[in-house]
Amino acid sequence: MDRNIVISFGLHIMLVIITAMSLPFLSKKPIDLPPIVSVELIQISDKTSIPFAPKAKKIIEKVKEKEKKLVSEQAPPKIVKKQKPDAIPLPDEKIEKIKKIKDKKQNPEKVETEIKQVSEFEKKDLFDPKSIAALIDKSKVESAETSKKLDKVTQDQDKNMDFRGLSLSEEDALKAQIFGCWSIPLGLPYNENLLVRIKLQLKPDGSIIRSEILDHARMNKPGQGFYKVLAESALRAVKLCQPLRVPSTGYERWKELQLNFDAREMLEG
Amino acid sequence: MLLRYLFLLLVLLPFKAFALIEVDITRGNLSPLPVAISPLSMDEDSKKNFKKILKKENLGSEISAIVENNLKQSGLFNPLNKDAFLQKPDIANLKPRFEDWNLIKAQALVTGKVTFVDEKLRVEFRLWDVLAGKEMMALAFTTVPSNWRRVGHIITDKVYERLTGEKGYFDTRIIYVSEKGPKTNRIKKLAIMDQDGFNNKFLTLGNELVLTPRFSPTNQMVTYLSYFRNLPRVYLLDIETGMQEVVGDFPGMTFAPRFSPDGKKIIMSFAENGNSDIYTMDLENRIVERITDHPSIDTSPSFSPDGKQITFNSDRSKFQQIYIMDSNGKNVKRISFGNGLYGTPVWSPRGDLIAFTKLHKGKFYIGVMRTDGTGERLLTENFYQEAPSWSPNGRVLIFYRETKTNSKGEGFSAKLWSIDLTGYNEKMVETETDASDPSWSSLLSN
Repeated sequence: MDRNIVISFGLHIMLVIITAMSLPFLSKKPIDLPPIVSVELIQISDKTSIPFAPKAKKIIEKVKEKEKKLVSEQAPPKIVKKQKPDAIPLPDEKIEKIKKIKDKKQNPEKVETEIKQVSEFEKKDLFDPKSIAALIDKSKVESAETSKKLDKVTQDQDKNMDFRGLSLSEEDALKAQIFGCWSIPLGLPYNENLLVRIKLQLKPDGSIIRSEILDHARMNKPGQGFYKVLAESALRAVKLCQPLRVPSTGYERWKELQLNFDAREMLEG
Repeated sequence: MLLRYLFLLLVLLPFKAFALIEVDITRGNLSPLPVAISPLSMDEDSKKNFKKILKKENLGSEISAIVENNLKQSGLFNPLNKDAFLQKPDIANLKPRFEDWNLIKAQALVTGKVTFVDEKLRVEFRLWDVLAGKEMMALAFTTVPSNWRRVGHIITDKVYERLTGEKGYFDTRIIYVSEKGPKTNRIKKLAIMDQDGFNNKFLTLGNELVLTPRFSPTNQMVTYLSYFRNLPRVYLLDIETGMQEVVGDFPGMTFAPRFSPDGKKIIMSFAENGNSDIYTMDLENRIVERITDHPSIDTSPSFSPDGKQITFNSDRSKFQQIYIMDSNGKNVKRISFGNGLYGTPVWSPRGDLIAFTKLHKGKFYIGVMRTDGTGERLLTENFYQEAPSWSPNGRVLIFYRETKTNSKGEGFSAKLWSIDLTGYNEKMVETETDASDPSWSSLLSN
């Protein structure tokens, strides 16, 4: 009897140990989200350059030095001088020519490898189990320590920006530009739905490749004649404003934009 | 572990694929739209013929000048200086070089052609969207040559409607009381003119005092008040035929007859036993129906565009204020609560606003408010002004304004003025004589 009790007790203890070992895996599951949070933190610190702690400050300085070296290697001044254009380009050709020169400024081979490395690294960073685990662990470490990863994240930044919209200042700049270009047709019935959604495909310089009215079918509906007038005015505004004041970086992020023109607020007074 | 990364992949991938950035544009500018009105082109034969008939050197330029002036007066458009135009009118009408028009910052372009066909005037015009590089509208009109001014107004209406989304008000007329002579002995005649002040005609001789002419909202009929042997009479006048008839003699003081929206009734106020109330009269059977019955003074009635409600002013709350009620006189509700006295309420043809005259601290204001009394906006202030009348699209008000006389009683004048709903575009309407009590017609081309 006593023996049976001992065996039962032993088996129960084993069961508890096994359970204790396997359960943490499940209990960790909800913590899977933090990687995104930690990425956000690094972006902000990069923008504001706030030294979180003396230790972090040192790390940031080191990173900056490293970046400086990288830039000097990528853009040797000699090549720049050689590639100066002989004549002033015509207005239409101007953008393209400048772009070409910029390409030549860089050491093409080197830059390509750099980019390749970064993208591979990013893939690893997002999908490599070890890196993810490292990121989870990071949340436990004090905030100053998180900026250790700054060097890698500055390279990541452009890619990670895909996941969010324009910053407030970027959006404000774009809005302010379009406000000035949009002549609102004053005769519109303000008690109707006066929302026109326009999808734009943009070039890196902010000029428009394609514009599309999303509720196009509404134009031909009976009693919606005003919508055509409104949609045309929005299209005119976009064309008049181009090139749009888009951010100088993160083209992938804003190469497609949706502008929601709503005249109701203005017309209701 | 694998599950965790699959989950991450599932979360991140769709997020990335559908993260289309949206930006809300809720403001724009209300500055006038730059528009280029190219002179309408003419061939030599047409030029000669129209010169012979109308004594006009270049009718195409004259018509385009009407369009340009109308659009400018509206305050919503900024017609560009013709000296800056790079393309000739005849070529522009065939195929505009949009780059050239873009260069002078035109957003819309009007081109056209005038020809003399079978003793008639044929005017074709095109409206172009310069930025989009496409035609927005193309129309042609044929009429007798003497009608050339109206063609200019009709073209303006079409351009205005296409670019603003609301009907125009240019092919319309204004009836008013023409005044002449010293203030104490004015000769008042009924007069009519185009909305831009041209083609002025007098409809009465000035033997009798005429007051408050009002256009029918459905046709070219006018009702007005005239005193015959010191008795007020309500008249109906057909502008097209010149036929005039007396609707009825009414006792005591009679005020401001006005049509119902269907043109079948007139509504007015008259005093019986010293008490002024509101009545309607059916124009077919001449039956008079009492609408209000209150010991206070109820005057200046005006129907809502759907004919279901009436706005009027009354002093039933001690001071003169604006009220609305059902067309049968029930559900009377006060809507003005501001300081001062409110009068002459007129319901907008759009139905959303009521225009009024307000007297406060010795100054007169023309203003608008919503039909529930909210959103009161005073558009203009002056020494003396009253009697607002709406343009048929409900965007502009015409009213009259009197100037102060000096100590000798000199310097008095009464002029017509217009103001749009923004309150910024205030303009004097030129008339041959002094003018008061204007009323705007509906669109002639309807």
